Amino acid sequence: MSESTRRAGKTGYLLLLPAVLWLAIFFVVPFYSLVATSLYDPTGSVFRGYEMTWSFGNYADALSEAWEPLLRSLWYGAIATLLCLVLGYVLAYAIAFKSGRWKNLMLVLVIAPFFTSFLVRTLSWKLILEDDGFIVNSLQFLQLLGDDGRLLATPIAVVAGLTYNFLPFMVLPLFASIDKIDHRLIEAAGDLYANPIVGFFRVTWPLSLPGVVSGTLLTFIPASGDYINAQLLGSPNQRMVGNVIQNLFTDANDYPAAGALSMILVILIVALVLLYVRRAGTEELL
Amino acid sequence: MTTALGWIRERIVLLLGIAVLVYTFVPIAVVVLMSFNDPASRVVYRFDEFTLDNWLNPCLDPSLCDAVVRSLQIGVLATVASTVLGTLAAFALVRHQFVGRSATNLLVFLPMAIPEIVLGSSLLALFVAAGFAGQLGFWTILIAHIMFCLSFVVVTVRARLAGMDDTLEQAAMDLYATPAQTFWRVTFPLVFPGILGAALLAFSLSFDDFIITNLNAGTTTTFPMYVYGAAQRGVPMQVNVIGTLMFVISIAIVLVGELRRRKQLV
Repeated sequence: MSESTRRAGKTGYLLLLPAVLWLAIFFVVPFYSLVATSLYDPTGSVFRGYEMTWSFGNYADALSEAWEPLLRSLWYGAIATLLCLVLGYVLAYAIAFKSGRWKNLMLVLVIAPFFTSFLVRTLSWKLILEDDGFIVNSLQFLQLLGDDGRLLATPIAVVAGLTYNFLPFMVLPLFASIDKIDHRLIEAAGDLYANPIVGFFRVTWPLSLPGVVSGTLLTFIPASGDYINAQLLGSPNQRMVGNVIQNLFTDANDYPAAGALSMILVILIVALVLLYVRRAGTEELL
Repeated sequence: MTTALGWIRERIVLLLGIAVLVYTFVPIAVVVLMSFNDPASRVVYRFDEFTLDNWLNPCLDPSLCDAVVRSLQIGVLATVASTVLGTLAAFALVRHQFVGRSATNLLVFLPMAIPEIVLGSSLLALFVAAGFAGQLGFWTILIAHIMFCLSFVVVTVRARLAGMDDTLEQAAMDLYATPAQTFWRVTFPLVFPGILGAALLAFSLSFDDFIITNLNAGTTTTFPMYVYGAAQRGVPMQVNVIGTLMFVISIAIVLVGELRRRKQLV
């Protein structure tokens, strides 16, 4: 809609007010609260209260304590995102270009499994990857896994769970991008003697980049912050930063350390996202 | 043989896509199967014997059903509140002029771009700082859910509104409809599918959320929290009954919507 058809006046502000207030009170203020918490005197406690001492040392402590799960989170998140991109691209491409009159049905089928609880589905992966299960036995039969090898409690299980759980976050933006591509451009590439593979990399892929960028962000951010997959499918050796933050808050009641670690995660993710968006060169995310 | 290979080669992308789709359904098949399982032990999670007991006694563990009911209550309230607030905001963003549009867009976008663990911990930090640490429960969960559903509602409704042809509204005005008539008889029916979709999304986000909820729940338990707890001590098969029901109900809703849409097109 063009700027000129937008109505001026107070109504706009009134319509916006409730939502903006809610987000201000329960999103912006909490964020400020988290920053404050991350700088409290770590010798206080939830029960006695904390003092604000601008303890920037909390950040150094959190980093030296938890750098391993932190890096692991980004690493697992990145691998899961890459796997999602491959699987998601195939699926989105097939639906957009190859499914004909089944397009709507296939789109529904993409979302359908994800209406069943995240946790129930992750538990179901636990069963699928189980030690004496079909997959482990098959892999052992094919000699791809040692006789006493297992998948559960390994990085493979955690990354597999992440990939599965965040796939729709990749498929939907990819589909939106690929579906918009004009078929005639691909035909034109063919007419100009590009074989299908060249045509794909010179036409389809570049035109789908906005979907690739938003899909990878929508997958990477929640995947690297997730800790359910690490908890249910992994072992303490696959702990991700989410597990550490959660434990610091609920079990150790160490709020300053937990706050500092949360802030470090946000800063890292924002930095990576900015770097990535700049490199990918698209800013139509908003 | 060559024709079979040719057939496959022609459809290789579609077949690969269908393979990915099948893969996404494998865990669902396991959930449905396990809902008919009579387990030999609570510790070993595997299919032992067929039974209908889980379906006949879904509330064998009353705390499971309490948790489901609580999730439903929170889901409905969070959906209504976030859909109303989000729809109003979407109208303002698409249809009205005001100062601070890009700041507002950023404010709406950020909650979706921040990891849930951070959203959850920042709310917890606020509740603790405000002295509500002892009162975490139903209401703090609800507040959190409205907060994170809100952005998704705004984005969904805004997309629908922005993609809408406003010549129909202009035509209504030309035909002497008052602004109120134009809104209720033209604009609203056209936006309604978008609002409905946003509401469904909000409900499923709320019903399914674990990370933010767990941080702000105190001793209150929702369905995902029940499942998480049960994963440590042995999962009752009734959890799979709930999972299957969620799947069936959401498929039914989507199918009904699709059928109604087709009817309208005819």
